[in-house]
Amino acid sequence: MRQFVLRCVVTVTLVLGLNYILWRWWDSVNWSAWWIAVPLVLAETYSFIDVALFGATMWRARNRPAPPAPADGLTVDVFVTTYDEPVDLVMRTAVAARDIRYPHRTWVLDDGSRPELAAAARAAGVGYLERSDDWTDRPRHAKAGNLNNALFATEGEFLLVLDADQIPSPEILDHTLGYFTDDQVALVQTPQFFTNVTEADPLGSQAPLFYGPIQQGKDGWNAAFFCGSNAMLRRDALMQLGLVGYVRDTERSVRDALLTSRRMLDRARRGAPDPAQAEVLREVRAAADDALTALDARQPLSEVTYGFQRRVDAISARVVARDVSSIQADLAAIAELPIARDDQIGALVVDETALARLAEREWSPLGAIESVQALVRAVDVDRGGEAQPVMPVATLSVTEDMATAMQLHALGWRTVYHHESLAHGLAPEDVGTMLTQRLRWAQGTMQVFLKQNPLRLRGLSTGQRLMYLATMWSYLSGFAAVVYLAAPVIFLCFGVLPVTAWSVDFFVRFIPFFLASQLLFAVAARGVKTWRGQQYALALFPVWIKATWTAAANVWFGRPLGFAVTPKVRDGAPTQQARLVWPQLTAMVVLVIAAVVGVIRASLGLSWWVGTAVNLVWVCYDLIVLSVVVQALRYRGYPGGQTAEEPAPTESAR
Amino acid sequence: MELTVENLGRALVLRVEGRLTMTAAGELKAAVDREVAAGNTLVVVDLADTTFLDSSGLGALVGGLRSARTAGGDLRIARAGAQVRTVLELTTMDRVLRPYDTVEAAADADL
Repeated sequence: MRQFVLRCVVTVTLVLGLNYILWRWWDSVNWSAWWIAVPLVLAETYSFIDVALFGATMWRARNRPAPPAPADGLTVDVFVTTYDEPVDLVMRTAVAARDIRYPHRTWVLDDGSRPELAAAARAAGVGYLERSDDWTDRPRHAKAGNLNNALFATEGEFLLVLDADQIPSPEILDHTLGYFTDDQVALVQTPQFFTNVTEADPLGSQAPLFYGPIQQGKDGWNAAFFCGSNAMLRRDALMQLGLVGYVRDTERSVRDALLTSRRMLDRARRGAPDPAQAEVLREVRAAADDALTALDARQPLSEVTYGFQRRVDAISARVVARDVSSIQADLAAIAELPIARDDQIGALVVDETALARLAEREWSPLGAIESVQALVRAVDVDRGGEAQPVMPVATLSVTEDMATAMQLHALGWRTVYHHESLAHGLAPEDVGTMLTQRLRWAQGTMQVFLKQNPLRLRGLSTGQRLMYLATMWSYLSGFAAVVYLAAPVIFLCFGVLPVTAWSVDFFVRFIPFFLASQLLFAVAARGVKTWRGQQYALALFPVWIKATWTAAANVWFGRPLGFAVTPKVRDGAPTQQARLVWPQLTAMVVLVIAAVVGVIRASLGLSWWVGTAVNLVWVCYDLIVLSVVVQALRYRGYPGGQTAEEPAPTESAR
Repeated sequence: MELTVENLGRALVLRVEGRLTMTAAGELKAAVDREVAAGNTLVVVDLADTTFLDSSGLGALVGGLRSARTAGGDLRIARAGAQVRTVLELTTMDRVLRPYDTVEAAADADL
């Protein structure tokens, strides 16, 4: 019944929204002021699509019945991941994890390799894992790397992942393991709930709409998200993911390396000092040709690369370096192969431009052969550049969780959202930490979006594509927010109308749509408070814009993400904190000035009163939304909390 | 899982009997590492008597492939049954490893 009502509201909202947006495009754009009119209609279209995607999410929102009780004898590893959180805090979680009722083994995954934590873990009777030697001087892949390292050091069929500050309830396994009776289920995510948050939640830490209706809606489309902590995973699914990723990446990089090798060899051959050397280079090129042909014929990679390496080894053994000094420069260039690690995500990336440069270099014949060997070896099936050839937890983004779930879905696995708080955590208690955390989430999401577009990823169902798109789409809101802030200011100050008229035509279309979408949120939310989330969606516009911008620069141009280290300004002067939100504060000042100017202009008869009134209401709405920033700045942390002196750990994912 | 080792001279054969899953993966990987370190860099894993292989077991094979390759050798698989082949396809690992029909074919593949 509830779902029927919800679907009716969704349908009505979408019909009214479509009616409004179509009218906006066909009949009401003020083209003479296109520079603001077009951005505004685009922003409104963006918002309409956002509401439509929310409607699609809610269409299948479901409350799952309790799963069957788990069978006896399943093997489970509980991982507590940590990087630099205080030992006490980690151990509190580790001890709670140890005391989970269903038989299991508990491990502290310490990316900080701290001896005191190792000792504390041993004393508490829980396992302790740090990175193996294989990771030395190789990309560490942050939390994904930490988990991947542990996956090869443990054996349980299932694993529970907990951030260092997420204290689990004893029944967490009993309540979630049963879902795995369905052997297509790869993941069970439970909510994240924070205990150090006041009722008002000025930092917007609780996400009751997400860990509730939204996840339940995604679950209805078999697209429940993995959120990094408080989740159970099936090891075999992760391993399969790792293997598929390994095969895909290896095939691509071997092909790239062979193609580059051919270009290098051709160039070296043209500059070869004598026919004998040119002949040798021709032979190596023929080997590369054959290898590429074999790849196209879908011969197994290990066979192709093994054969190629052997052939080149044999050829190069025949070549005598006539003048060893002539290849010194080449050897230096080989040492700087264009396969670098991306510092932010730690991923091994083949730098296309550097690769091209390498191909354009003047090689001596022997140097060319050596570099071909080195190049192919670097990307070969043994993946010498990585600590582990197989990386089960996705490493393509700074947020490993979303990418992992999406790839699991693409392989046909099912995921489950279990709506019951079974772990209690700590949220950031200051603006700086909160902003850094949100930026990181947004960057990670946009990275996945740009690198592995869910609309094109093979293996996803239409519903799953929409669910991933919905989350990614929502992070584009920063651009729309700027337009929503600018449009009323422009009208009030300069009298420029983005819409042909705020007339009856406008109101009869806009108001029903606006009310219907508010009703949709209210019905979907089922009484949970969503206002804080709505405020932050708009008020954090600088964060969303920065995230989109840096993620695009990172994915398309290989720029570093420019990770802000969490600023420890909690006890700093208020001015320092305020500096973190200067765009919002500036916007508020501008809005107030615009309101005053608008009233003056209207009273002087310089502008039309209906327009002024509409825009004053609009300014008020913007100010109320942005005011959350002021509340956040005034927040002094959770009163009486144990962590009042320590900044809350949020970067356990690093 | 039972592991038996036989040295053919030109290759070293590791026979895997029983279930090759996560619990056995470490042992297999260690055996490959040990043999490679001892200079037997061409390793053939005989899967004829492997009753069940999962992704974790396959992960161990990739780990072994890496050790062998790093030492200038190779790791190959032979006599995979239907279940093993299904897992190879499911994980797309058949793009990397060719399941040879006989141990000899695997050992002599590059001759």
